[in-house]
Amino acid sequence: MEWLQQLVNGISLGSIYALIALGYTMVYGIIKLINFAHGDVFMLGAFIGFYAIARWDMGFFPALIISMVVCAIIGVIIERVAYKRLRNATRIAALITAIGVSLLIEYTVIFFRGASPEAYPGVLPNKSISILGANISTQSIFILGVTIVLMILLQFIVHKTKIGKAMRAVSHDADAARLMGINVDNTISATFAIGSALAGAAGVIFGVYYTKIDPLMGVLPGLKAFVAAVLGGIGSIPGAMVGGLVLGVVETVVSALGYSLWRDAAAFVILILILILKPSGIFGKNAREKV
Amino acid sequence: MLKVNNIDVFYGNIHALKDVSLEVNEGEIVTLIGANGAGKSTLLKTLSGLLKPKNGDILYLTQSIAGKQAQSIVKSGISHVPEGRRVFANMSVEENLELGAYLRNDRDGIKKDIEYIYELFPRLDERKKQLSGTLSGGEQQMLAMGRALMAKPKLLLMDEPSMGLAPLVVKKIFEIIKTVNEQGTTVLLVEQNANMALSIANRAYVLETGKIVLSGTAKELQESEQVKAAYLGGL
Repeated sequence: MEWLQQLVNGISLGSIYALIALGYTMVYGIIKLINFAHGDVFMLGAFIGFYAIARWDMGFFPALIISMVVCAIIGVIIERVAYKRLRNATRIAALITAIGVSLLIEYTVIFFRGASPEAYPGVLPNKSISILGANISTQSIFILGVTIVLMILLQFIVHKTKIGKAMRAVSHDADAARLMGINVDNTISATFAIGSALAGAAGVIFGVYYTKIDPLMGVLPGLKAFVAAVLGGIGSIPGAMVGGLVLGVVETVVSALGYSLWRDAAAFVILILILILKPSGIFGKNAREKV
Repeated sequence: MLKVNNIDVFYGNIHALKDVSLEVNEGEIVTLIGANGAGKSTLLKTLSGLLKPKNGDILYLTQSIAGKQAQSIVKSGISHVPEGRRVFANMSVEENLELGAYLRNDRDGIKKDIEYIYELFPRLDERKKQLSGTLSGGEQQMLAMGRALMAKPKLLLMDEPSMGLAPLVVKKIFEIIKTVNEQGTTVLLVEQNANMALSIANRAYVLETGKIVLSGTAKELQESEQVKAAYLGGL
């Protein structure tokens, strides 16, 4: 039952991609910006979790929550300082700024603590249990559980709360949302906060699962989460979840087939294929212009 | 109730409104007619805070609202039904109505007002769970009006409610505008359909290339040769 085992690995990896992809897709949905600094917020989340666990002796959940809160604040600061004033600028200007913010975060972290990797302390019991003959680690089940809870929470916020409704309204039509009395600036900040909190959670989960973090760790998962968001249909929240899971499973399958050197390539082949065959993604709307 | 004093509004370099003044008294239906591109929508957007006037002032209930944020203007009791309806197509009819009440916190009151909107527009009641993007143009116009009314406005700004709708539907919409007005909401109505607009309005202004060129009671304008020739099909 090696396959079942690989499937669980793939879903665990995919759920991390999905958490990061959610931030990409939500921010894109609301201000049409690909926030390339998002992968670095994920990295910051991993480090905040690391210090919380290793230096301040916190458990997994307190570390997760601290990391999410701090990342939410960082996300809002990035938006207010770097992107807000570019709201009416060309999209390419905002995109270049996002890349600049990304580099700034990476090398600020390197400046203060060096580029050496850090070993993540194990905070979760890691036993393997046997299901249908497959050895599945309790850790990956646990991680999957946390991810699912976070996604359900997100769906609840987006669909049932006032701020979630405001987010959907602004992403559909910002001026019409203004006419309802919605504070568009605050709604955009809330979107960054939620997206960044999810990236922070992904960072802690990644650290616990893969046990090694470094200041440039956000680059590749960030790009892959971007692929996941595009695969699912950028701007679509269920799309990001599904896209992340599909990507994780595909990568794991490619590795399991013995082509582990190709697993990164697989993600980008998917990006190329989706851009050629169905640019709007799995859940994407047809790119119809409003009349 | 609303007094616009000599405002100038620019779109980039384009001088869209030139020294425009007008007045709306409590309880009235005032209409602003004019051709495409005359600046009618620009005026409404300036009133609701989406655009800022460069010069001049806007007084609403003795307080200046020129250049204020849209949300504080909504809060003070001005709702804007935008041109082209702009309903939130990815949300249900009921969610759209709830968003109209975004600044209110009285749950029971909101519930009651949603029921009131459904009484006013039974079609919306039938479709309350439906995504608003799937509604017909007329139904979307009703929803946009209902959504604006959910904020309990004292002054309702309406931008081209007749646009793209069948004559029968237009008639229905205008009847509801009258009903809403009779129930105490003041209305500023922007229209290209001058005939319809003048038939329900108390007073009217004519806007041409960013300037008010004529004003008077609706009756006076209906009889004015100038208006007849330019806006009423010359009959």
